[in-house]
Amino acid sequence: MPDAARVERLVDESLFVPDAAQPTLRGAACDQCGTTTFPYQESCPRCGGTSMPSVPLPRAGTLWSFTVQNFEPKPPYRGPEQFEPYGVGYVDLGPVVVEARLSENDVEQLSLDLPVELVLVPAFVDDDGTQVVTFAFAPAVTS
Amino acid sequence: MKVAIVGIGIHPFGRTPGVSGRQQGAQAARAAMADAGVSWSDVQFAFGGSHSAGDADSLVADLGLTGVPFINVYNGCGTGGSALIAGRSAILSGQHDLGIVIGFDKHPPGAFNTDPASLGLGEWYGETGLMLTTQFFAMKIQRYMRLHGISVRTLAAVAAKAFRNGARNPNAWRRDPLDIDAVAASKMVNDPLTQFMFCSPGEGAVALVLSRADQAHRYTETPVLVEAAEFRSRRFGSFEVFSPWLSPESAPGPTVEAARATFEAAGIAPDDIDVAQIQDTESGAEIMHMAETGLCKDGEQEELIRRGATEIGGSMPINTDGGCLANGEPIGASGLRQIYENVLQLRGTAGERQVPGDPRVAFSHVYGAPGISACTVLTR
Repeated sequence: MPDAARVERLVDESLFVPDAAQPTLRGAACDQCGTTTFPYQESCPRCGGTSMPSVPLPRAGTLWSFTVQNFEPKPPYRGPEQFEPYGVGYVDLGPVVVEARLSENDVEQLSLDLPVELVLVPAFVDDDGTQVVTFAFAPAVTS
Repeated sequence: MKVAIVGIGIHPFGRTPGVSGRQQGAQAARAAMADAGVSWSDVQFAFGGSHSAGDADSLVADLGLTGVPFINVYNGCGTGGSALIAGRSAILSGQHDLGIVIGFDKHPPGAFNTDPASLGLGEWYGETGLMLTTQFFAMKIQRYMRLHGISVRTLAAVAAKAFRNGARNPNAWRRDPLDIDAVAASKMVNDPLTQFMFCSPGEGAVALVLSRADQAHRYTETPVLVEAAEFRSRRFGSFEVFSPWLSPESAPGPTVEAARATFEAAGIAPDDIDVAQIQDTESGAEIMHMAETGLCKDGEQEELIRRGATEIGGSMPINTDGGCLANGEPIGASGLRQIYENVLQLRGTAGERQVPGDPRVAFSHVYGAPGISACTVLTR
């Protein structure tokens, strides 16, 4: 988890709903056909509509597919100094299926339809020491 | 009127230090013209392309400045298929009688790395480690395996077959057989796919001489007819590489439509195919493309592969030259490599890897980013 003592920034603010109580992804929903996209985009790839209000995406969903990235990617990837394998998946949020990092990198802990929820995870550190965080999904904590 | 392939030429695939992609293209072109018994001054048109080894039309400086119209094709993994479709149309239209199509490439070692901005994606997508084609293939087969009962052992069996066939192909890159256990035990790249289940970017070149079918006897005793060649791009809802999101409203990929259109145009059913070359970017792709092209139904692959149906001596021989897994992936050349192999098989001159039983109908299929597919049916 990110170190609270350090300055943090989101990897790209346009991916998130501004000033949300909890981190929430920001999508776009077409006024004409209802298609939901992520990230936000100005026109609809399904019907060509140009009225696309921004919408908060659900914070929980189920795992649609998954893998683990076991080798360090070439740039433009920016990771921690010491590469660690990371999980990647598609998460079915209902109106849209979103591709995301997974907090879990043990493939044995992942399965189709696994309930997951949105979290922030450290991605890389800027030259000035700022910790950059990105969105990810973690196995849901059953309460 | 039909179009015939009357000459074929190849530069071996793999790594050829000191020989540029363009030079490999020129060599393949010379070999194809020699095979057809024509010279460059006989060639009335050319279509060709590479992804990262230079402009194909610059080959006129190597082959001869004859004034020939040479049109570049830049269509990713569909480059070879697109060049063939364009060349075929040039003859079918009545504009020309004889021409050539050329595909070549030369890539540096290691996975392809793509700039997110070139596809309209934010920097975050690359920075956070999502901009990898290998992840897409892994997640597509991961889901498919669970929905349709495909085992990890079957993934490994596809790669083992590729290396076995590659060992019988003097133009292949990887010519050492590797058994199922060795493939399965190799380094994990993206679960469930290991190192030897993936093809690698490489080098190579292929050229084909095309003519009107009614004039083919001038050039060869064994013309091979291009019965159909079709290209499709993706529709809304299909699952493609570099997608930050998918629609829950899913649609079949471009392979399904391209294959169906090709079979319809040829008046031939998937059951009639004697030999097939299909895109095996990784071993899961071969399995999924078997069903997407209509060669079998979803889930039948496990049993078909277990009983050897896709082997050279099986009922449905697939990737008889070792496919991308054994030949590597020079993007501009791979589509035409499949055609080269199918022509050899239909001529009955594929040597050690000849499909028995006098094959008469051959199918080929390519798939690539950002969601395109091209298919052909050849007969003799």
